[in-house]
Amino acid sequence: MSLWVDKFRPKTLDDLHYHEGLSARLKSLAASGDFPHMLFYGPSGAGKKTRISCTLRQLFGSGVERLKIDQRVFLSPSKRKLEINIVQSNYHIEITPSEAGNYDRVVIQELLKEIAQTQQVDLNAKQRFKVVVINEADSLSRDAQAALRRTMEKYMSNMRIILCANSTSRLIAPIKSRCLLMRVAAPTPEEMQTVLHHVAKKLKFDLPDDASKQIVDDSGGNLRKALLVFEALKMQSPDLSGSLAIAKPDWETYCHKVADLIVQEQSPARVMEVRAKFYELLSHCIPPTIVLKTVAERVVERVDESLKADIMHWAAFYEGRMRIGNKKIYHLEAWVVKVMSLYKASFYMLTYMSTVNDHHFCHIAFCL
Amino acid sequence: MAFFQVQSNKATPKHTADPALQPWVEKYRPKTIDDVSAQEHTVAVLRKTLTSTNLPHMLFYGPPGTGKTSTILALSRQLFGPDNFRNRVLELNASDERGISIVREKIKNFARQTPRAQMVASDGKTYPCPPYKIIILDEADSMTQDAQGALRRIMETYARITRFCLVCNYVTRIIEPLASRCSKFRFTPLDSSSTSSRLSQIATAEHVVLEPDVISALINTSSGDLRRSITYLQSASRLSASTNPPTPITAGDIQEIAGVVPDAVVHDFAKTLGVEIVGDMDVDNDGRKKTRGFDAVQAKVKELMRQGYSASQIVSQLHDIVILHPTLHARQKSICALAFAEADKAICDGADEELWILEVGLRIHKAISSDS
Ligand SMILES: Nc1ncnc2c1ncn2[C@@H]1O[C@H](COP(=O)(O)OP(=O)(O)OP(=O)(O)O)[C@@H](O)[C@H]1O
Ligand SMILES: [Mg+2]
Repeated sequence: MSLWVDKFRPKTLDDLHYHEGLSARLKSLAASGDFPHMLFYGPSGAGKKTRISCTLRQLFGSGVERLKIDQRVFLSPSKRKLEINIVQSNYHIEITPSEAGNYDRVVIQELLKEIAQTQQVDLNAKQRFKVVVINEADSLSRDAQAALRRTMEKYMSNMRIILCANSTSRLIAPIKSRCLLMRVAAPTPEEMQTVLHHVAKKLKFDLPDDASKQIVDDSGGNLRKALLVFEALKMQSPDLSGSLAIAKPDWETYCHKVADLIVQEQSPARVMEVRAKFYELLSHCIPPTIVLKTVAERVVERVDESLKADIMHWAAFYEGRMRIGNKKIYHLEAWVVKVMSLYKASFYMLTYMSTVNDHHFCHIAFCL
Repeated sequence: MAFFQVQSNKATPKHTADPALQPWVEKYRPKTIDDVSAQEHTVAVLRKTLTSTNLPHMLFYGPPGTGKTSTILALSRQLFGPDNFRNRVLELNASDERGISIVREKIKNFARQTPRAQMVASDGKTYPCPPYKIIILDEADSMTQDAQGALRRIMETYARITRFCLVCNYVTRIIEPLASRCSKFRFTPLDSSSTSSRLSQIATAEHVVLEPDVISALINTSSGDLRRSITYLQSASRLSASTNPPTPITAGDIQEIAGVVPDAVVHDFAKTLGVEIVGDMDVDNDGRKKTRGFDAVQAKVKELMRQGYSASQIVSQLHDIVILHPTLHARQKSICALAFAEADKAICDGADEELWILEVGLRIHKAISSDS
């Protein structure tokens, strides 16, 4: 049995619940015959993928839903094998080149050329071009992006590209210049509630307003998350009444514990303790940026106003370094040390100014 | 079973796309060098090469959508005509494998046969058909230094029968020994009047009504990139034609398509940071003085990110508000300018956008509340 997220995923542009203006726009573009290359961007869980598949459906009819999943092997210049999963129908193909890491360029070059130089064999196809959907386009390497440029122009009669990304900032200007940008904002709380109620109605049960509000508040604009939580809650307490406990994911609780550790005590021993916890999180494949942001946001909830901006400043600083650097843990740890010393210094100042007492200061040899 | 078959060479005529369905950027790609807008200097020099039998190696550089690729393709077509284009012009771009051995092999094969002049083409026109072949290395700035280095030798080896045209965005990424072998042509962002006349030309041909404010919105949002403004124009016209009854294109449509953050949204953010917006309708004088704390800024940033606006776009629009602000002191502006610069770099390096918008916000907030 499929999850609600998948089961109730809208199939056509008309079924989509929110951003009606955007849907109308996509519909008219799909009908016009000179469909451009497109770049869909917006926060995760806002419904980009769903909107893309609805657009494909509008372009080609229900045939695009007959999907086939393949694995293709590419050879890197050094003859290493790269395996990439490919989802395709008669009319389109979907790839996530970032699976190939640094060699995403090879995948782009070979696959796109191959597709671009072939023609639609299905004579009844509604369009004479095929669509290539590229997921996680913002993690494409510079080389891979460069490889896309001229291909996008040269093979336009046979092929259209749809890029899907969280943000446009990491895409090079020549690529943006070749696409029509489509921003998909997260749905508003009201819009999300409508979607939840729609699901409840389909399944013929009653969703109390309190419950739907709570789910939406917890989701941070991520509709996928909201639907997953909704389904889990319904399993736990079928009538969805009374006070609901929305369970936080384990990693989040764990991050909060880390934050508490930092605020409670600032000492070398504590740094070691926190470090072990970071390792634990990273070894469970929680992205380091998420770890840092979650911990930092929890820390600022618990410290004085005067410290908040600095703590977030260093979070931004070390997150940036972490991206460029190699060892994630170094930068996470550096941030912790920085925060502890800031905290300690402010605390020291306060107590020092009130009374000079016999407090035992445990000095940490951190340079500010 | 493959769903897509490799196109057989003879059976299917190439490029038979119905012109009505072609994207305008391709449909209105300049056919001759005289079609190329702006770039007068380049065009004037190149026009001379049409009548002489010689051509230097060339290096075209400039920002996206300014006509580099179009110009070299148009020039080649005018030199060789439709029949000889295939065997006289080799285009290699970043989508091709450009390891040096492969480039060498391709160029060797291509340069092998000595060209024969054959002037009258199947379309009845006469083409100069000078006795050399052209090798276009498009997007040359994405070639490695090593590959570029090896290219020097290749250029010399085949100097007698080949001319190279390197095309790139960043001329500094082309190694000096290579650049110095070429005549350089700089392509500048299109000025407003060239953009506007090219757009009007296309609009007339497509029977689209263009109000002056729409044209200026197109110019403002595309910053000299003609491809971008043509794409915006075509999308806007599709959208406006699809409503019933058709509505005229508005400047607002263009901004929406271009991903510009609406003024109201940026102003709202700026006000949260304590930046006074001039000409703001709801003047709440006490509200303005009230310093909003960390939580307010953080909440606002989260809201912006949920809207999905691009961080670099937000930074650039906020930058304009702050730097051009009539009442902030120079000192405050300088502090903000530092924050903008750091954020821009970080965002380009791929740092987390939310953290950096928050960082910019907090620094502006601090600069403004600390000293007033
Ligand atoms: N100077 C120009 N005159 C007329 N049309 C232009 C000009 N510049 C760009 N265009 C339009 O924009 C499209 C793209 O131009 P072109 O491919 O030449 O850009 P480019 O300079 O090679 O950009 P990139 O650096 O992104 O490769 C053309 O098809 C044409 O419609
Ligand atoms: Mg080009």
